[in-house]
Amino acid sequence: MLDSPQTPLVSVRDLKMHFPIHAGLLRRRVGEVKAVDGVSFDVMEGETLGLVGESGCGKSTCGRAVLRLYDITSGEITIDGAEIGDTSQSKLRKMRPTMQMVFQDPQASLNPRMTVEAIIKEPLDEHTKLSESEKREKVGELMDAVGLNRQFAKRYPQAFSGGQRQRIGIARALALNPKFIVCDEPIAALDVSIQAQVVNLLEDLQEQLGLTYLFISHDLSMVRHIATRVAVMYLGKIVELAPREELYAEPLHPYTRALLSAVPEPDPSLATSNERIVLQGDVPSPANPPEGCNFCTRCPSVMDICKTVEPEYFEVAPGRFTACHLYQNTNDTAD
Amino acid sequence: MPDGALPVLDVRDLKTVFKTRSGEVHAVNDVSFSLRPGELLGVVGESGSGKSVTMMSLLGLLPSPPADVRNGSVMFDDKDLLNVDAETLRKVRGGKIGFVFQDPMTSLNPVFTVGVQIMEPLRKHMGMSKKQAAARSQELLELVGIPDAKRRLGDYPHQFSGGMRQRVMIAIALACDPQVLIADEPTTALDVTIQAQILELMKELRTKLGMAVIWITHDLGVIAGIADRVMVMYGGQVVEHAPVANLFNDPQHPYTRALLKTIPTIHGERAARLTVIEGQPPIMTAPPASCPFRDRCDVAFDRCENENPQRYDLGAGHDAACFYNARTGAPRDA
Repeated sequence: MLDSPQTPLVSVRDLKMHFPIHAGLLRRRVGEVKAVDGVSFDVMEGETLGLVGESGCGKSTCGRAVLRLYDITSGEITIDGAEIGDTSQSKLRKMRPTMQMVFQDPQASLNPRMTVEAIIKEPLDEHTKLSESEKREKVGELMDAVGLNRQFAKRYPQAFSGGQRQRIGIARALALNPKFIVCDEPIAALDVSIQAQVVNLLEDLQEQLGLTYLFISHDLSMVRHIATRVAVMYLGKIVELAPREELYAEPLHPYTRALLSAVPEPDPSLATSNERIVLQGDVPSPANPPEGCNFCTRCPSVMDICKTVEPEYFEVAPGRFTACHLYQNTNDTAD
Repeated sequence: MPDGALPVLDVRDLKTVFKTRSGEVHAVNDVSFSLRPGELLGVVGESGSGKSVTMMSLLGLLPSPPADVRNGSVMFDDKDLLNVDAETLRKVRGGKIGFVFQDPMTSLNPVFTVGVQIMEPLRKHMGMSKKQAAARSQELLELVGIPDAKRRLGDYPHQFSGGMRQRVMIAIALACDPQVLIADEPTTALDVTIQAQILELMKELRTKLGMAVIWITHDLGVIAGIADRVMVMYGGQVVEHAPVANLFNDPQHPYTRALLKTIPTIHGERAARLTVIEGQPPIMTAPPASCPFRDRCDVAFDRCENENPQRYDLGAGHDAACFYNARTGAPRDA
């Protein structure tokens, strides 16, 4: 399925999302948090692009910005042929059915005063002209599709467990037959034994409905399972993007290497034999990123050039992108 | 691990019940374990499995009501911690037994400097003078790897990052040279690269200080890298208990085996589809009369419905609470 020439469903170019910092008595603008700072990627039709990184790296902001839940600072976003980077929110509203979102916290993203039926039905109320009985039938179908018992339609979210609540959130996202779904840490709040249930459900739905996912997660092992390609973010930028197997087998960027080596593996023999790259220090503040490469303050293979010149994000091998001076040099000489 | 050594902490048949408006919840059911000097005991389980409540019960940290520690004994230092007066217990907590909680954001007091908070146990438990306590606090911050320790003592918690705050928490727990450190999900709120730092620190500190550690987590990966022995909890009970290598290479309880299969890894074979444990963990509204895992178990049979299995000794320090013998593939004899 990967061999056929693919068309991108979602195309993001140089996306920037900067949040202003106001301070002082007059709330003057004193700076900005560069949450997403020039990110470019494509999401192919029917694939799952995993977006990984640590907290504060901007992965969730990126996911929300792609759906224009924010008014972005700059950049181009094309979803299903339509350029939405600077479309007004009122025009966007008509396009919302194609793009949906599943949120991290199934506790906070469902209105506790609405029944499950009302929650799943809400997008149908807003965007379709179906009759009440048609809507109810559709809600029933959606509940079947995500593995919820139809009899529970009149219950409130608090009557459900975390995994079931996440299913409600997925059903709501599916209500308008979207093409593209941003899943923002959909399993982070769930127990291990429940995570697998939700991930399998997402995979089944993708296969049945031909969905395209942007799967945001900090769980590198789960992303290896679900993603077709993986993008790694650090401090507002994508440092590496590659097909799944290549990224996990042979990570290029020093940050990706450190990140992968830090994942604890459930195998005591690996734990003792594998030499861990333990990064020193913490992630710098995105309000005040270092000069040059964002990773230069913690990078084990830092060079002089990294502290002054920002590395360019480029295709180092077919399908493999990275932003690191280690590879820039080899590329220059090869040209 | 010194096998013959007397345990520093010995917990027998601990039973904790919460009284709620909708009835009782049997959160901990006859949990027994012991901790030997210098070893690291990992406790794994999902939320609601009773792992945190067990540790809170044995230190008397649960408010009563609603909690009611009904049964059992917790032997520490020749005393039963469930039967000592509040003053003795207070001296043990934060003194000989240190505690690190999950969330470094909420377990430090935001209005006191970090220095004041590290000095508190030193002055209360060890009777140090201000000067001694200040010097020791600086040592402790250096021990847990906080750079520029002397100056940072005057900083407030919000001036520290998550990983640094967790280091401060560890420093406070270590302040009085505890014999036992109980760490409840100490790295769960942290990012993986920061978690790796804390795990390395923990390994280093254990060899340096020789204390025994109880490490509570839901992450089997963390356990594999750090524990000597592992206790798996489910439905308020210990379902399996084994040396770390045995648990991962030869898991005997169906829950442990299922759990190990359901987690994806970053090395090794990538499964086309994740193995799922169907159903939900139980809510123990009554004392268990049957196996808590039976509804989700793929080898359950009649007996599991009518009796709660005891922990069967499987040799080599390995036991599992299951009527099914995974080695022979047949039910155990009654």
